[in-house]
Amino acid sequence: MNTSTGSALRLRSFASSLDPALLATLGALSLIGLITLYSAASDHPGNFGGQLRNFLVAGAVMLICASLSPRVLTRMAVPVYVVGLLALLAVLAVGVSVKGAQRWLDIGVTRVQPAEIMKLGVPLMLAWYFDRRAGALRSIDFLFAFLLVLVPVGLIARQPDLGTALLVLAAGFFVIFFAGLPWRWLLGLVAGCLAALPVVWSLLHDYQRSRILTLLDPMSDPLGKGFHTLQSMIAIGSGGVYGKGWMQGTQTHLEFIPERTTDFIFAVYSEEFGLVGNLVLIVLFFVLVARALTIAGNAATPFSRLLAASIAMILFTYAFVNMAMVSGVLPVVGVPLPLISYGGTALVTIGMACGMLMTIQRHRKLVQS
Amino acid sequence: MKPLRNPEREVLHFRERLVSASIVVAVGFLVLCLRFVWLQVVRHGEFLARAEQNRIALVPVTANRGLIKDRNGIIIAKNYSAYTLEIEPAKVDDLDGTIDALSSVVDISPRERRRFHKTLDDYKHLDSVPIRTRLSDEEVARFAAQRFRFPGVELRARLFRQYPLGETASHLLGYIGRISTKDEERIDTFANPDNYNGTDYIGKIGVESSYEEQLHGTTGFEQVEITAGGRPMRTLSRTATLPGNNLILSVDIKLQEIVERAFGDRRGALIAIEPATGDVLAFVSKPTFDPNLFVEGIDPANWDALNGSIDKPLLNRALRGTYPIGSTYKPFLALAALELGKRRPDSTMFDPGFYSYGGHLFREGGPKGGHGSVDLRKSIVVSSDVYYYALANDLGVDAIHDFMRPLGFGEITGIDMEGELAGVLPSTEWNERRFHQKWYGGETISIGIGQGKNAFTLLQLAHATATLANNGVLMKPHLVKAIEDAMSGKRQATVTTESGRVALRPENIAFVRSAMVGVTAEPSGTAYAAFVGSPYSTAGKTGTAQVVGIGQNEKYDERRVEERHRDHSLFIAFAPAEPGVQPRIALALLVENGGWGALAAAPIARQVMDYYLLGKEPATTGRPATPAERAPAPSLRAAAAAPSAVGN
Repeated sequence: MNTSTGSALRLRSFASSLDPALLATLGALSLIGLITLYSAASDHPGNFGGQLRNFLVAGAVMLICASLSPRVLTRMAVPVYVVGLLALLAVLAVGVSVKGAQRWLDIGVTRVQPAEIMKLGVPLMLAWYFDRRAGALRSIDFLFAFLLVLVPVGLIARQPDLGTALLVLAAGFFVIFFAGLPWRWLLGLVAGCLAALPVVWSLLHDYQRSRILTLLDPMSDPLGKGFHTLQSMIAIGSGGVYGKGWMQGTQTHLEFIPERTTDFIFAVYSEEFGLVGNLVLIVLFFVLVARALTIAGNAATPFSRLLAASIAMILFTYAFVNMAMVSGVLPVVGVPLPLISYGGTALVTIGMACGMLMTIQRHRKLVQS
Repeated sequence: MKPLRNPEREVLHFRERLVSASIVVAVGFLVLCLRFVWLQVVRHGEFLARAEQNRIALVPVTANRGLIKDRNGIIIAKNYSAYTLEIEPAKVDDLDGTIDALSSVVDISPRERRRFHKTLDDYKHLDSVPIRTRLSDEEVARFAAQRFRFPGVELRARLFRQYPLGETASHLLGYIGRISTKDEERIDTFANPDNYNGTDYIGKIGVESSYEEQLHGTTGFEQVEITAGGRPMRTLSRTATLPGNNLILSVDIKLQEIVERAFGDRRGALIAIEPATGDVLAFVSKPTFDPNLFVEGIDPANWDALNGSIDKPLLNRALRGTYPIGSTYKPFLALAALELGKRRPDSTMFDPGFYSYGGHLFREGGPKGGHGSVDLRKSIVVSSDVYYYALANDLGVDAIHDFMRPLGFGEITGIDMEGELAGVLPSTEWNERRFHQKWYGGETISIGIGQGKNAFTLLQLAHATATLANNGVLMKPHLVKAIEDAMSGKRQATVTTESGRVALRPENIAFVRSAMVGVTAEPSGTAYAAFVGSPYSTAGKTGTAQVVGIGQNEKYDERRVEERHRDHSLFIAFAPAEPGVQPRIALALLVENGGWGALAAAPIARQVMDYYLLGKEPATTGRPATPAERAPAPSLRAAAAAPSAVGN
């Protein structure tokens, strides 16, 4: 009796300690995601049920992460990073090829994408590192941090999975940036990148080059390489201000939009709900990112604030890159739209990230300095 | 650089970074908002149009082709719906492998396989070529279950043309077939070539071709929503098709069948015309072929059999066979003699069995020693060649030409079928133009018995006979009596008025008609045996046309001549021919290499008359029934009891 009352009380206090603004925003985005998926996957009704299940799993993962203290996260950082790195090496050695890219590792029960672990593994690791060096930062620390980022990024790029590699690179970079990377380093880095562009170009795979070329002028090859971008732009543009209405998108339902349940689901949403829908979505993502940045600002430890801030920017990067790619501003890279695109792995990663935000918020500094 | 533990400063630094990051986030989302405004407001119209253009395809819907019915409403060309299995060659890498695999699901005979390859070769532009037609329900179900194994193979429900009577009337009907490059040129000459969008078939010959635009109907259009893969999803709007008009033939298909049966295996042609209207009652060319073979593309084996046959079954003898018409020319020459004043009914001459001109002897194929004293009437009844040798000489080739031309000899009749030949009605002027040669008087002598350079179609001969029966009033012969609106059933007649008149004196017509009645009614008449016992009066004339030249003093001996070199057997007739009665049917027929006109051709004419005038069908043996075998009308019993075979 006593124990059960005690655990119920603890559960209630845990629930009330979760950030309501974050929960509400996540709930709204998830609802939009499910509604859009229902339309996008109308010819594959199984996807909707699958995604509901994914949401349940991701929600559970989020609550578990939220229930851990930041101290536990700190302790997990190094093991997660090391396991992820070993898994990436294993993929190169004995990975399973799907569609010409070796990204999967068969662990008996299921296949996993080790690169996915690194999306949070790298920021965890770097946040841990900078936390250890807090107050005693030297230039060498930033160099070492870059090394910690570039090793997994290089391994992921070799698979090849350029999209994920860039996202992991971005995640690591955000931690380094928030840790106080001097501005002149930043400028030097940008200059160096520009200078390295021709070299990178020569190292790119053909399909990656053609994606970039297509972006510059999608109409140059409307039936070939430009088809995806062109058709999604047609979907978005033809949606107009108010959209064609839910389940009414012709581009969607006549199968003109490629990958319409996953990477290009934003075109479906945009065709059916128009500019008004897009602005609602942007506002929700903005609230999500802003809330995450606020949590970072209130975080109690260097580890917490660096992790929260980089999660905030990861969420922004996903949302921005995906919408920019679908609307023809960026080249097509395989980035799902958080909470909207179909797919369990990405959803679980988002759930983990948001759970971490929640526990950081729960253990925030109680006195503003 | 001296690192100091100064948490407060670090937090301040961190907050600065947070502000920078917020600016990046705000700018990023703002860029997206601007992009959305650009796409969804500024360029909305353009993208909306492209989306519409993406999804909507205009699909032509072929109209039902008109039916073809005979004058009594019997359907002789119709459409039926059936499943066909078609292969899209562009989507199949290994055609033979696919066909092999298919044949485990549906029956595909080697013949169908050959036909498939022939169609593929003949029509290179086709998207889709049928491999099997008329699948059974079971085959349809079997294929549908295994469809996934056969990309590029489609099951289609289509309307097929069918000629239920098979070989009957094939030359008259013709057939439809796939549109060829040549047909496309023809379509471009039509009033509305766009009407053929989506049409795969077109009339190739016969009335199927000559009435193509009537039969075709008006193509409708459907606006169909299609997927990116081209799969139709739903129909948005529909412009209805207008079915093609039905053709009501002037032909009596039962009569046609009786004639074709009467010919049996013999080659030849027969045209029967209703004199008062120009309705073609029967249009026979033997041998025939099965037009159904051609609709889906004929297979090579059948094609070789038809095209290579020495009997030339694909030749439309009625329309395109030009023949010397032998003695069937005589009634018209007699008429010319009377009209031009060269003979009177009582003009008599002695026929010794030969005629001498310029040192040449012209023999005749009659009794030894000739027909003796012959007047104009007897010249027709017994068919005296000598009388017409002399008459032709007296008339001269140009007078004959000028008299015969208005009757339609050597001219196309203008019948409603393509490909009619004009033949030759010789004249001195024509001879000079054609051969750059003088016309010799001796050539005119042969003209007198329908030989020499005369070459007419059976259609012309039937038309002239009908004109004679119609007292010189010309009615254009036509195979299609009326065009019937498939929706309302309203009919519009094709030929309603006479196309001209040949000025002939009634007493002269009556004289020739009476002499022609003598041919069938008098014991000395050449067709007496064939018409003995008929309750109606028939005006007729036998003819025997030489196929090979016979030496001047040689006698033609049927037994010594190869079958293909035997004479053609001809007959013209109209009935009823009692004085003052309007004849209901006129005909001309020819049996190739049939020999004596009286023996091969006249009995067929008797069957036609008996059926058409009395409704009497011949026994099914194919040969003309003898009077004893028939069940004669009660009034005929006395006459039928005394058959006798007389003369030629």
